[in-house]
Amino acid sequence: MTGLSINNLSMRFDLPNGDHVQALQDVSLDLKAGELLSVLGPSGCGKTTLLNIVAGFLAPTAGELILNGHKVTGPDAERGMVFQQGALFEWMSVRENVGFGPSMKGTPKKDKDETVNHLLDVVGLQDFKEKAVYELSGGMQQRVALARCLANDPDVILMDEPLGALDALTREKMQSLVLKLWKETGKTIILITHSVEEALLLGERLIVMAPRPGRIHKEYRLPFADLGVDADLREVKKHPEFGPRREEILNMIWDMEEEIMGGKEDAA
Amino acid sequence: MIPLIIYVVIFVVAFFVVTKVVQGAGLRDYTSLKTVTFGDESAVRPNRAAGVISILTIFLMWGIFTGSSLLPGFLHAPGPYEGTTTFTYTAQVEGQAPDDATVTVVVHPREVDTDAPEVDPGDGFARNDSAAIAQWRTGLINVARNDDISKADGNKVIAINGQKIAPGETVEVEGGAVTLSDKGTPNFEPTRGWQMEPLYLPSPEAVWVRSIEIAKEGFRNFTLLEHLGYSLFRVVVGFFFGALVGIPLGYAMGLSDWFRGWFDPIVEFMRPVPPLALIPLVIIWAGIGEAGKIILLFLAALWIMAIAARSGVSGVKISKVHAAYSLGASKWQIMRHVIVPNSLPEIFTGARVAMGVCWGTVVAAELVAAEQGAGMMIMTASKFQNTDIVIMGIILIGVIGFGIDMLMRWAERLLVPWKGKG
Repeated sequence: MTGLSINNLSMRFDLPNGDHVQALQDVSLDLKAGELLSVLGPSGCGKTTLLNIVAGFLAPTAGELILNGHKVTGPDAERGMVFQQGALFEWMSVRENVGFGPSMKGTPKKDKDETVNHLLDVVGLQDFKEKAVYELSGGMQQRVALARCLANDPDVILMDEPLGALDALTREKMQSLVLKLWKETGKTIILITHSVEEALLLGERLIVMAPRPGRIHKEYRLPFADLGVDADLREVKKHPEFGPRREEILNMIWDMEEEIMGGKEDAA
Repeated sequence: MIPLIIYVVIFVVAFFVVTKVVQGAGLRDYTSLKTVTFGDESAVRPNRAAGVISILTIFLMWGIFTGSSLLPGFLHAPGPYEGTTTFTYTAQVEGQAPDDATVTVVVHPREVDTDAPEVDPGDGFARNDSAAIAQWRTGLINVARNDDISKADGNKVIAINGQKIAPGETVEVEGGAVTLSDKGTPNFEPTRGWQMEPLYLPSPEAVWVRSIEIAKEGFRNFTLLEHLGYSLFRVVVGFFFGALVGIPLGYAMGLSDWFRGWFDPIVEFMRPVPPLALIPLVIIWAGIGEAGKIILLFLAALWIMAIAARSGVSGVKISKVHAAYSLGASKWQIMRHVIVPNSLPEIFTGARVAMGVCWGTVVAAELVAAEQGAGMMIMTASKFQNTDIVIMGIILIGVIGFGIDMLMRWAERLLVPWKGKG
């Protein structure tokens, strides 16, 4: 049984003043191996909490998480994570960053070097191998982060707004790179994003989450990710279904945000 | 007041000369093209010319007011009077005509022993006198001593150089001033000029000559290098042990609730206690030998290093730790590959502070009690009024302190190039 099942996951944070926040309520989701899921939602809908639970950094208050037949209880190399930024080790060169996972496992140097070289070719950073990571631009740093994650050959890749801090042009190139890597490696990917376009372009499946309590509001299956593997992403955006979908989801999120704001005004 | 005015004048003149005249034709770089520099901190860089002129000015001022032989004579501030001067006094005895007599005063440098010159006694009941007075000193001249009529018989001084004078009053004469004491004896004070007395501030070359002498012959049974070496040795050993205990302690406080809870009160209490305040206790416990000083410096470095290591650990971005865990690192690997390298910049900053504090503390501790060391050297010299050695010591202490900081900065650049890049 391969794939990731999220079964009735709930997460409740008790606050010191006696209140509590229901960050997730009864979230269930099945991901087959090799699926690309993007997660959208207004701030406070629990999408980062969900990702942290899948990564194993948080233990849910109820429900369970099954990956390839075994229960997830903590962080592990089978679930790699790509952060927004600032998670690279600035005391290591690009090569050492990418080779971090294999080094920790004690992979023989020859195998490790092979993996690192291959991945640096894939993300196009062969010439920057010996540079310090802080000498690279933001887009290059995220390429390093992707390569570092792939070097461990994880089953699932978790991405927490990995392209959020990049400029529009770099972002577009990186989106193509993510699609290319997804197709080539066949990894299961969960991608959290704030950008509706990005979620549509990259998500083979897309869930929109709603806040208070955090839950899955709506799920889509989309054709764009498959189209984007071979085509220019700007062409994909011209697809007749793309515009209406984007409007629909934007309105959905907009309504949720309005509701939150309204609720706040009532409380005041 | 006058030195301050001279200093300000040099400052202002140098500013206008350098900025308006010299640099007008000088370097053109990116910053020089900025139109907004007031308020733009990055556009304010130390002016090298100002730095050089500033240092030269200090030596210039030093030379001017000590009559340094390094400067041409016309630059010297007026010096103290030196030479032979005379003034007359008028003595009066009731029932007799007043009589004038001359006083010859030789004003000589302090280090040259001079006797009062022989003078012709002259006519009348008031006889001519002579005296030798050192520069910057004053001398009572008992003019009635050799007169025909003694003070007890009513011989009184009523005028100096023809000017009437009463006890407590002063008359300016060539080369100084004469004040009549309460008992009616003239007191001669040679003109001091504007220069500092060598006892208070020796000239730069005197300090240099004395430095060479001390470097060759040593001071109080130890050579100069030994004095400085002892101080440095204490700092290095004290700092080493402070870091050896402080860094692991800081790591433990940053990684474990129990350690944090246990040591927080101790560290937070000891941190604001100035190490100097511990000197008496350390002397009581460990005496004035090496052990006491090293314990003191150990304590000075310990808290600083512990706090630096603790904040180095607390400063690790959680995303880096999470990333390392999801890349399969164990706790030990996270310690070794993430927490330690991430905290090194903080530890280096702490080490620089600790070295500075240790250097200050060792000098202070040596001032209190030591057989050898930079602080002991200047303290002993001051007791014997060897101001030149005191100044030499202060300059050397400053140079070494500066050197330590430079060395630490260099090591930091070399060893933690990722500082501030995370």
